[in-house]
Amino acid sequence: MSKTIVCDGNEAAAWGVALAKPDMVAVYPITPQSSLAEYLSQFVADGIIKADLMDVEGEHSVLSVLQGACLAGARTFTASCGQGLAFMFEPYFRTPPLRLPIVMSLVTRDGITPQCVWGGQQDAMTVREAGWIHMFCENVQEILDTVVMAYKIAEHRDVMLPVNVNHDGNYLSYGVEKVELPDQEDVNAFLGEKNTNWHAALDPERPMAVDPLTGGASGAGPALFVRYRKGLCKGMQNALRVITEVHEEWGRRFGRFYAPLVEEYRIEDAEYALMTIGSMTGAAKDAVDEMREKGEKVGLIKIKTFRPFPLDALQKALSRVKAVGVVDRSVSFGWNSGPMYQETLSALYFLDQRIPAVSFIGGLAGADITVEDFKRVIATTRAALKGKAVRGPVWLNE
Amino acid sequence: MRKQAKRAFDESTIPNDLCPIATELAVLKTGDWRAERPVVDRDRCVKCATCWVYCPTQCIVEKATWFEADLEICKGCGICAQECPHHAITMVEELEE
Repeated sequence: MSKTIVCDGNEAAAWGVALAKPDMVAVYPITPQSSLAEYLSQFVADGIIKADLMDVEGEHSVLSVLQGACLAGARTFTASCGQGLAFMFEPYFRTPPLRLPIVMSLVTRDGITPQCVWGGQQDAMTVREAGWIHMFCENVQEILDTVVMAYKIAEHRDVMLPVNVNHDGNYLSYGVEKVELPDQEDVNAFLGEKNTNWHAALDPERPMAVDPLTGGASGAGPALFVRYRKGLCKGMQNALRVITEVHEEWGRRFGRFYAPLVEEYRIEDAEYALMTIGSMTGAAKDAVDEMREKGEKVGLIKIKTFRPFPLDALQKALSRVKAVGVVDRSVSFGWNSGPMYQETLSALYFLDQRIPAVSFIGGLAGADITVEDFKRVIATTRAALKGKAVRGPVWLNE
Repeated sequence: MRKQAKRAFDESTIPNDLCPIATELAVLKTGDWRAERPVVDRDRCVKCATCWVYCPTQCIVEKATWFEADLEICKGCGICAQECPHHAITMVEELEE
């Protein structure tokens, strides 16, 4: 039977890991992920997680160890963020083309410098092109549920990709909420058999060379390389369908339905909309509700899955509105705006509909994006709808 | 003597665009990198397999009464010639044909 507990986001992630029954966990602590590493260690010590816990000397080793374990057939988990993720970059980029279904929580943190251990999404957004699936959670319950779902998505034969389950540092990592802990038997039935190394294995019964060197320019190498690149693209596109199916099945079995790719909130008759990602969405919904009561026809579009990019689902939502204000919690430095804003513009191009779109950047270095901030976002987006040109990003926490 | 300890599994069961794997290490034909080729004196070779043990690309193949390098793979590093206890291998410069 399921039971109700009260915990913060990092503990919820650890409970999600426990329910997925991994064989190996390797993790190196870094703020604001550290307490998640501590929960995992405690759960292993207490026998709640029956996995090998590898103590390694840094994040590069963390992911390298898990690659080997995954190739040997283990279900694996780790968590990182910020500078730790930066140190992990070399094996991080190798994991998706090896098609290893490793699950990793990113407890998102802003990038230095100035020195900063506070929340922000600069880390996750910076690695968005590496081939990992990225899902952003809005609340503590969703962290637990998404960690479990991540294994079913990652290990699906049409996907076979690593998954980052992202939750905002500070706001979700330490935010305490009521959480329903699903029954282990129900999770077992939901996840089914683990499926990590049918395709590439370190297995004396099936001797093979994993990741052999491809040929140079004169040989078959480039064509082989392109074939695997296209395969990875195909896996990513398949993931759009699989993420949707897995979220629907989760809803049917556990009664909690989440928008798998893009959530539409009060968008039916909206003239314009905000776009949000992650934990900021709660305050944004409150602001939308308040402005709706005052007669403003404003709605909200929330991105849950940023990779693969949910082009169709986002276009469906955007096609209903005549202006959009996009709130990023990170910066795309060369674009002088946020990354989610730039990708929204791409989606609008394919819609064949040119509407005013404003870039907002907020919540950097742990800043709170308040309901008042979102009211400002709403007012600025409404002004853009009425024809006022808004140039450059609007910085919310100056 | 490029033998596998066990028979390789059937690669065709895996989608060929999924993940870079191989049932042998010879995906890359490194032979065209070579500046010098190992030439074996078949009278001196006693099949002691020293060259097979030392070859870093594992390209030594077994013939009736001697061993020699698979020239599609051999990079011409010369380790076999250096290690051969019977001085049966000479490195000869590759020349344009």
